[in-house]
Amino acid sequence: MDNIAIVGVAQTKYAERKKDKTCADLVFDVTRAAMEDAGLALEDVDNVVTVSNDFIDGRTISSMAVGDAAGAHDKNISTVEGDGAFGALYGAMRTLGGFGTTLVVAHAKGSEGDVKFITNGMFEPIYQRLLGLESISSSALQARMYMDRYGLTEEDFARVSVKNHANGKNNPYAHLQLDVTVDDVMNSEKLADPLKKLDCSPVSDGAAAIIIANESHISKAKTKPVWVRGMAHCSDAYLLGDRDLAVPQSLAAASKKAYTMAGINDPMKSIDLVELYDAFSYMEPMWLEGMGFCEAGKGATLLDQGVTAMSGALPVNPSGGVLSSHAMLVAGLARIIESVLQLRGEAGQRQVENAKTALAHGINGACGQAHCVWILGNQKK
Amino acid sequence: MEKWLEHVEPLTFKGQIAVPYTWWAGETGSLFLMGLRDKETIMGCRCNSCGTVYVPPRRTCAQCFTDTGEWVQLGNKGTVQSYTIVRFSHPLQPVEAPFAYAMIQLDGADVSLVHLIKKDLDKLEKGVRVRACFKEKSERKGHILDIDGFEII
Repeated sequence: MDNIAIVGVAQTKYAERKKDKTCADLVFDVTRAAMEDAGLALEDVDNVVTVSNDFIDGRTISSMAVGDAAGAHDKNISTVEGDGAFGALYGAMRTLGGFGTTLVVAHAKGSEGDVKFITNGMFEPIYQRLLGLESISSSALQARMYMDRYGLTEEDFARVSVKNHANGKNNPYAHLQLDVTVDDVMNSEKLADPLKKLDCSPVSDGAAAIIIANESHISKAKTKPVWVRGMAHCSDAYLLGDRDLAVPQSLAAASKKAYTMAGINDPMKSIDLVELYDAFSYMEPMWLEGMGFCEAGKGATLLDQGVTAMSGALPVNPSGGVLSSHAMLVAGLARIIESVLQLRGEAGQRQVENAKTALAHGINGACGQAHCVWILGNQKK
Repeated sequence: MEKWLEHVEPLTFKGQIAVPYTWWAGETGSLFLMGLRDKETIMGCRCNSCGTVYVPPRRTCAQCFTDTGEWVQLGNKGTVQSYTIVRFSHPLQPVEAPFAYAMIQLDGADVSLVHLIKKDLDKLEKGVRVRACFKEKSERKGHILDIDGFEII
């Protein structure tokens, strides 16, 4: 297989309501900024992958409305409907499949729709959607099952929120920059037990873009390449009741494949930081278990031992994670971008020292039905 | 160009998308829903290959990628595997908050059915036994909410 690398990245600041920008404005801004970052011109971009969702945008074939803004006029353009980490995976496949460079751009304006209606729409329409399930209540079912299985407490999850919101304060792109305590999380508005408002990510507006290049085209870019050393995705069953919600087995499968591709035997030893999709606080420890950083049920212990802190052996979500900024679809691509910035040594206040290898992660579907795992490195092997 | 917008509300336009979808329940789904409506019975189906009993029933077993074959009548009672008490209200919800969603493993099934619990919310915990409460016959229409909810036994 050819070597490929990420040579350009850009993201907007995430915000509750970007009233000065349309979706196309956001896409144009990050497309131009990613090209500037890479030092590439539009003619150097061989094909474009847009990431959008028709329900979120409120338009049919939403991808077609942002092609012009993505510089795709007269180019080969295709779309991934799902999280940006999966869009990037498709972009990587195109770069491996003959295109010299691929631009992947994702956008979302949560402020323009109603996220509860939109996330209700991901459920099966006859048996589940009519119950009114949406993202928060379905995730609460998962959080409760996880707590009961391993004897975890709401405070275990609150500590994740405290850590990630503190990290978010170091990230100029973060939507929320909050000083919160465990008590603040515990006393925040109860939404669906055990989840409270500060256990949940905000709904953000924003966009992000990356440029992936084949090794044969890397010399054109001015940035230090961040190499794609491994990537994989895997999906679990659709219906919530069919799955063991406390055990993310599709994440375990995806991680194993990505580690094998990257030649990683012991992820704790080989990986310097993780940017994962913590749409809710409980997801961080659960996903760390799925990724094999600890045994099942021990994800919260990693945090208690300081392992996942900025000063720990495995900083998790130095950016503040999805808990600090959640532009739907964009958030997985943002995990990749944050990892790239870390590996280039350009993460500013949130920089993890000597970061050489990072894991970036995205999810699709209710309660993490599908997982996409990326292993990125600033060394080729 | 952007600064002036900080001080005023932008122009916005209301969307008008309201597509009147009609979802066909399919043969398997129709038999399940008719069971709720006509007989107050909850039917599942068993995979011929791995033996998993599914509810709601479906035509194929995703694990084996084969047809499920046999219909199985499940108990109207089951065990709560997980639950959440919902504290916020939204037009999507069929009942006023607070209420609970629960994942209920019905007697005879291998997977959980997600449904509503409306009362005794303080008694909810993993492992509690619950029973399906059906709506009055005149109100049942072949709908997942023909089961009005589950009550703690």
